[in-house]
Amino acid sequence: MTNLISFFASRRGIISAGIFIGVFAPILQKLGNPANMGICVACMERDIAGALGLHRADVVQYLRPEIMGFVLGSLIAALAFREFKPRTGSAPLIRFFLGFFAMVGALVFLGCPWRALLRLAGGDGNAILGLGGLAFGVWIGVLFLRAGYNLGRSSPAQAATGWIFPVLMMILLLFAIFQPQFAPGGPIFTSSKGPGAAHAPLVISLLVGLGVGFLAQRTRFCTMGAVRDVILIRDFHLFSGILALVAAALVINLILGQFHPGFANQPIAHSDHLWNFLGMTLAGLAFALAGGCPGRQLILSGEGDGDAAVFVVGMIVGGGFAHNFALASSAKGPGAFGPAAVVIGLIFCLVFGMAMRERSKA
Amino acid sequence: MSEKIDARGLSCPQPVVLVKKAMDKSEKGALEVLVDTVTSRENVSRLARSAGYQVSIEEKAGEFLLKLIKE
Repeated sequence: MTNLISFFASRRGIISAGIFIGVFAPILQKLGNPANMGICVACMERDIAGALGLHRADVVQYLRPEIMGFVLGSLIAALAFREFKPRTGSAPLIRFFLGFFAMVGALVFLGCPWRALLRLAGGDGNAILGLGGLAFGVWIGVLFLRAGYNLGRSSPAQAATGWIFPVLMMILLLFAIFQPQFAPGGPIFTSSKGPGAAHAPLVISLLVGLGVGFLAQRTRFCTMGAVRDVILIRDFHLFSGILALVAAALVINLILGQFHPGFANQPIAHSDHLWNFLGMTLAGLAFALAGGCPGRQLILSGEGDGDAAVFVVGMIVGGGFAHNFALASSAKGPGAFGPAAVVIGLIFCLVFGMAMRERSKA
Repeated sequence: MSEKIDARGLSCPQPVVLVKKAMDKSEKGALEVLVDTVTSRENVSRLARSAGYQVSIEEKAGEFLLKLIKE
């Protein structure tokens, strides 16, 4: 057991997690998930928002079992290794809005950091702008961290607090399996066309999700943290994980014939360079201020972190708003109000980045 | 006398930021860091080892006291 723990914490452990995601995401795509979207936390949470009727964009509605798998896989790992630790109370409302705006930014680019890496590994050149924006946003976040930005301490909570989010995921999983209809036509909504209709078989999606959740919990895999640690403390531990992800996904895409280099006509992507960059700048900054990428927030939610769960809820609500208010991009380009929403989100992050600085202790 | 840092309840990356700041203030020395998650224990240990500190860890009641020493 001790050997296993030190393996997961090691460089080889984090690389293994990156390879696992990099191998299985393109395979999920081959088995039915949308192109260059074998795994995308933002897109998948947006699809869940749609399935629940929080938005009515009928092409992106599906209860993605991968998301439930991430949380429950993390829960299993946390329980098995005695790391399930219910805690909450670190600026939840600010975290809600960081999640909200992170989702808005991610949906202007069309992907979370995991999908940005997968898009790159699929040959989508637009991902370079997104990843550049992500790094820029994280860099701004690091400036705030250096200046003393801090959302405050969480406190240990009753066990029940930690179980709320995993149980919610179990309920959503039951909905995904049994497809109850709460009104004629839905909810639960399920797309009959578009990306929402493209999905791997439920059992396989769930199993891959559980595997990713388990490994990511053990290794603390985090894309935002990878960039942040390089900038903040010149530590390449997490970064080696995301390099492994890209390398593995590239190899699998080449084998499966899913590598199509270029900028134009990439799947579920647009080539508005400015808003690809700024959308992910907003997302990267929001992730940095909240302490984790969307995948990491799901993993923390599975460990009992109520504040991370609030961030996830903010993302899901943000996904609803993004489609109801024409903020999300499409293959044609940014939505009518997407750029304005990104600017508002950046202002929100800058204001709270400044406001939440802790005065230096006497 | 080693400087004490209480990083309990702080989420990533705050414990590392606090320890890094304390390290930057004194090139040599000893630090005691109290954390309450395994993730923070791992992160602070990794930072300390890469900065040339020796790390010893005591666990009690779900909390970890990390003693960082650099000769």
